[in-house]
Amino acid sequence: MTEQQEVTRQLGADEQRDVPERPEPPGLLGRLLARRAPRRVPAPLARGAVAAETRDVAVRLGGRLVLDGVDLAARAGEVLALVGPNGAGKSTLFAALAGDVAVERGGVRVYGRPAERWGAAELALRRAVLPQSSSLAFPFAVAEVVAMGRAPWAGTPAAEEDGRVVAEAMAATEVERFADRPFSALSGGERARVSLARALAQQTGLLLLDEPTAALDLRHQELVLRICRRRAAAGDAVVVVLHDLGLAAAYADRVAVLSGGRLVADGPPASVLRAELLSEVYRQPVEVLPHPHGGAPLVVPVRPAGGTGPRGTEIAVDR
Amino acid sequence: MTTVDDTRTGAPGAGGKQEPGDRPEPVEKPAGGAVVRRARATVLTVGLVGALVVCALFAAGVGAYDIPLGDVVGSLMNRLGLGGAPLDRVGESVLWNVRMPRVVLAMLVGASLACAGALMQGVFGNPLAEPGVIGVSAGAAVGAVAAIAFGLNFLGNWTITSLAFVFGLATVLLVYTLSRSGGRTEVVTLILTGIAVNAFGFALVGLFVFFADSAQVTQITFWQLGSLAQATWPKVFAVLPCALLGLLVAPLYARKLDLLALGERPARHLGVPVERMRLVLIVVVALLTAAAVAVAGIITFVGLLVPHLLRMAAGPGHRFLIPGSALGGALVLLVADLAARTLAAPAELPLGVLTALIGSPFFFWLLRRTRRRQGGWA
Repeated sequence: MTEQQEVTRQLGADEQRDVPERPEPPGLLGRLLARRAPRRVPAPLARGAVAAETRDVAVRLGGRLVLDGVDLAARAGEVLALVGPNGAGKSTLFAALAGDVAVERGGVRVYGRPAERWGAAELALRRAVLPQSSSLAFPFAVAEVVAMGRAPWAGTPAAEEDGRVVAEAMAATEVERFADRPFSALSGGERARVSLARALAQQTGLLLLDEPTAALDLRHQELVLRICRRRAAAGDAVVVVLHDLGLAAAYADRVAVLSGGRLVADGPPASVLRAELLSEVYRQPVEVLPHPHGGAPLVVPVRPAGGTGPRGTEIAVDR
Repeated sequence: MTTVDDTRTGAPGAGGKQEPGDRPEPVEKPAGGAVVRRARATVLTVGLVGALVVCALFAAGVGAYDIPLGDVVGSLMNRLGLGGAPLDRVGESVLWNVRMPRVVLAMLVGASLACAGALMQGVFGNPLAEPGVIGVSAGAAVGAVAAIAFGLNFLGNWTITSLAFVFGLATVLLVYTLSRSGGRTEVVTLILTGIAVNAFGFALVGLFVFFADSAQVTQITFWQLGSLAQATWPKVFAVLPCALLGLLVAPLYARKLDLLALGERPARHLGVPVERMRLVLIVVVALLTAAAVAVAGIITFVGLLVPHLLRMAAGPGHRFLIPGSALGGALVLLVADLAARTLAAPAELPLGVLTALIGSPFFFWLLRRTRRRQGGWA
């Protein structure tokens, strides 16, 4: 019963089994019209269990095959980094894992069930998604936006935790300072953190983050990936699309490298982030050095020799 | 750089080392802004209900045959069996056969239009959507005018309303399909589609007027300007089911509409069955618009003005915005109708003309503001 021991976070030990939905008190009309599929609150996944996987997935967008035969699994308790050059299919694979795109071939399973067979409400209890960019049609306050992440839990016992969970998510992403400001008045980096807080507040066993660090400064990039690690340590499956290979090397348990719609490598950072593979995939010579402390791989582009680097070359051209 | 490895291997909180980004146990702190907004929403709800009751009683008494407020209340109490006293025969007849249906109809139409506006803005994710602006009212008008001009009567009292509903529904679906691309509705596309749909709708109305006889033409013209002058109890009952159904269903989707503000995909990620909700709400918008158009003609801008003012006062949350808009719309149209029939007494101003006179400048201002925020239409 190791499964039992590991699941001690969101729900108490006696609540792991499917908890029936607490009946909301709707009016007669409400009951007639808001006919919902019965929701079952998911039991937490055992560590190492597959939270989401693609099997031989192919996706065609606008006539072009953007994913071709991708097999990938996101496991509970693990941070999986998706990396690859622009146009490699990272976002499409991400969308496939989120259940957002129709696949041409193969299948996507979330929590062991084909993604398309989950209803939106049930899927929302199992996976949270941070999109690459966020916009908002109306000027909701930051705290309200984060609280939207709790919407899937409305009517379940977990809804009692809403206040605490929202406060924790805002503290973790350091957005409490502008809790009352309208979302639309924030900078790009601040918006990204608020959206992350919203996804965290959803408290799902599968967390999908699409380039969460793209708009962030150095401190907040580290902060976000530490959050990923913490969620993985707590038993969640975290999938994160990254451009910064250094971040992937430092924080991911597993790195999946995409190129031209195919998965070209999938494994621990140390074995995947090799100079020859990356040089070929990114069409840019790179060196991989061990970090002086700890030995995590450092990925550095190879720059023209001579000690002066690119700026030196510019001057040389001027002459 | 040892922190990196610490966090990789250490369980949360077990490492003992406090990272700079981590706070100790966050305290449960409700957001100040949200609390203020909720308090404002409560005050506004109470205020709107109070104002609505007072204005309704007052409006029922004012007119060519004045009835003091006390007598109105007395007669109302009498009818409800709560004491009070009936008025004399003329007074009783004026109050209950002329004024009351008009007051009730004004409130129903106003509530329907403002609620439809709030819903439409939520569904389109665009603060400029409104039944009049995007042409739904014109579409519903085509159905209603067809019923009047051709003397259709196959559903009795409900013929005009049902035809207005069918045509209104078709129009919303059309505008929705035409103005969206990639899951979004751009302001320009929406407004331009509205112009096209409005033009086509009014052309059809014109065609029907051309075929109508002179008595029908008078009826149609009057109705086209927007008016509640012909309010009767049968008219009230002809639109009551439509309006009531729409007004009762709308609040059920309030929380989901909040989520839809994030965009379609994020809303789906949060468990909103976007496709189904959109269909239901489009039908609701058509119901509400048809109810209003069938009895009052085309009355524009109420659905734009009321939700906007409420959003400024109490934030964009739909849990207040939808019922609040219904209340606010009822109040606005009640007052507007009172003004329409008293300002130029004994003549009567067309109600639709009055609301458009006030609403258009507001729309203009809104357009300017939206444009400034977006930095042009591009």
